[in-house]
Amino acid sequence: MSTSTARTADASGTREPAVSVRGVSQRFDTGRGSVQALQDVDLEIARGEFVSLIGPSGCGKSTLLRIVADLVEPTAGEVRINGKSAHQARLDHDYGIAFQSAGLLEWRTVARNVELPLGLHGAGRAERRARVEELLALVGLSEFASARPSELSGGMQQRVAIARALAENPSLLLMDEPFGALDEMTRERMQAELLRISAESSTSVLFVTHSIAEAVYLSDRVVVMSARPGRIADVVDIGLGRHETAEAGADVREAPAFFDRVTRVRAALRGGPGGHPGVDDR
Amino acid sequence: MSRLRSGADASARVLLPLAFAVAALLAWEVFVRARDIPPFLLPAPSAIFEALRANTPQVASAARTSGANALVGLVVGSVLGVLAAVVAARSRLLREALLPLSAAASAMPIVALAPLFNTMFTSTSDVPRRLVVTIVVFFPVFVNAVRGLSQVQPVHADLLHSYAVSGWAFTRTVRLPGALPHVFTGLRLASSLAVIAAVVAEYFGGLQTGLGSRITSAASSSAYPRAWAYVTAACLLGLAFYTATLLLERLATPWQTRPQR
Repeated sequence: MSTSTARTADASGTREPAVSVRGVSQRFDTGRGSVQALQDVDLEIARGEFVSLIGPSGCGKSTLLRIVADLVEPTAGEVRINGKSAHQARLDHDYGIAFQSAGLLEWRTVARNVELPLGLHGAGRAERRARVEELLALVGLSEFASARPSELSGGMQQRVAIARALAENPSLLLMDEPFGALDEMTRERMQAELLRISAESSTSVLFVTHSIAEAVYLSDRVVVMSARPGRIADVVDIGLGRHETAEAGADVREAPAFFDRVTRVRAALRGGPGGHPGVDDR
Repeated sequence: MSRLRSGADASARVLLPLAFAVAALLAWEVFVRARDIPPFLLPAPSAIFEALRANTPQVASAARTSGANALVGLVVGSVLGVLAAVVAARSRLLREALLPLSAAASAMPIVALAPLFNTMFTSTSDVPRRLVVTIVVFFPVFVNAVRGLSQVQPVHADLLHSYAVSGWAFTRTVRLPGALPHVFTGLRLASSLAVIAAVVAEYFGGLQTGLGSRITSAASSSAYPRAWAYVTAACLLGLAFYTATLLLERLATPWQTRPQR
């Protein structure tokens, strides 16, 4: 555990939450009228917290992540990241992002893909090389630095994408179903690695998924969303102590507490009872 | 991974068509001799080869001339095609107006413009033939380059947007390298067309120093094996252009995993 690691995010000295979403609504105009993708969403992510968004397709979970990333402008409401507007946060490279498809530039080597944001933002050659070496070691791909993306498996490509997202030491990581296309075995290994990485770097994470087990395993809190219009139906506190789970490994997935949280998230997804989950936990 | 295929496999892919070509030439030779086909109908490969050997300096000089015309036209046409595509890719209106027109234009027999160009310039000018090649080359390069430049993967667009970089940085890091394979598809097409255009353009008058005019003049003086010798040179020239483009493509886009050709 390297909890004492000094983080640049703390240097600002603010106590602002990592992400604060207030009254965000999103309306998309389609050919046949408009669709209410999100309605009055409020969400706060504390520094170092891991929050998952889960819900049926069409509930706007990806849209919400894209709004936080300032890739989409919300119709109404406000997003603040580390106390700044989402737009300013994007300009300041406050977050790293990973998508369902790795989205590697296939004409670049693995190392050149990882250093992409560093290069675009004007980091020097020596700094880039050192950082890439560090990142590839972190995701266990050191010996593939000069490989092309097409030579890697899907899981390895996704690890490169995660290394790229971490390149600039962001205080916030936005992930849109990054393991969605992976097989179960790879997926579980990647989840454990992500837990370890986010714990080591005390990064805040907003994670979109449609897997209940994945959300429960990874998160401090699971935000359950419902569709049409997309809104937050429930928030389930997980409280499995993910920093310990990072070391305990897969065992957590077999603990009774794990199944209990899975049941709660499933109930929330069904819109069932359990209106104030997590309150009775402590 | 195609780079890692075994040498034996590669040589089989070269040997097989080569063996087939030799067999076809032999069959041709046997057919012409056995049936006593007159040379104005079809000369034997041996006669063509003999004519090729007897006229080596002339054939080489004509091939150099046509090759230079094709090369100049290919380079100028390709550069113009790519530049126009970069401009067109920035404007949806321009793209939608120009793409159908260009697709139509690349289906037209542009060599037919050669006689008109010949009357525009002096009879000793290299320009008409090269102009024909340039125009012929322009369209396939333009059409494919526009296609490549306007096909950016949404995930790449999102990623670069999240990095908050300038439009030029986006073009440089994503748009241009992503378009390269498409540009080369156009170039491969254009390289064959360039040689065809350079040779055929001479059939319509103008400067008579290249392979095209040598073929017509040999044929009109009943020197059929010699005419075929020039035709052979034209084939080799076309092959050389195509192979050179392929080679350039492999050097420029080493990440491409290529389907077996």
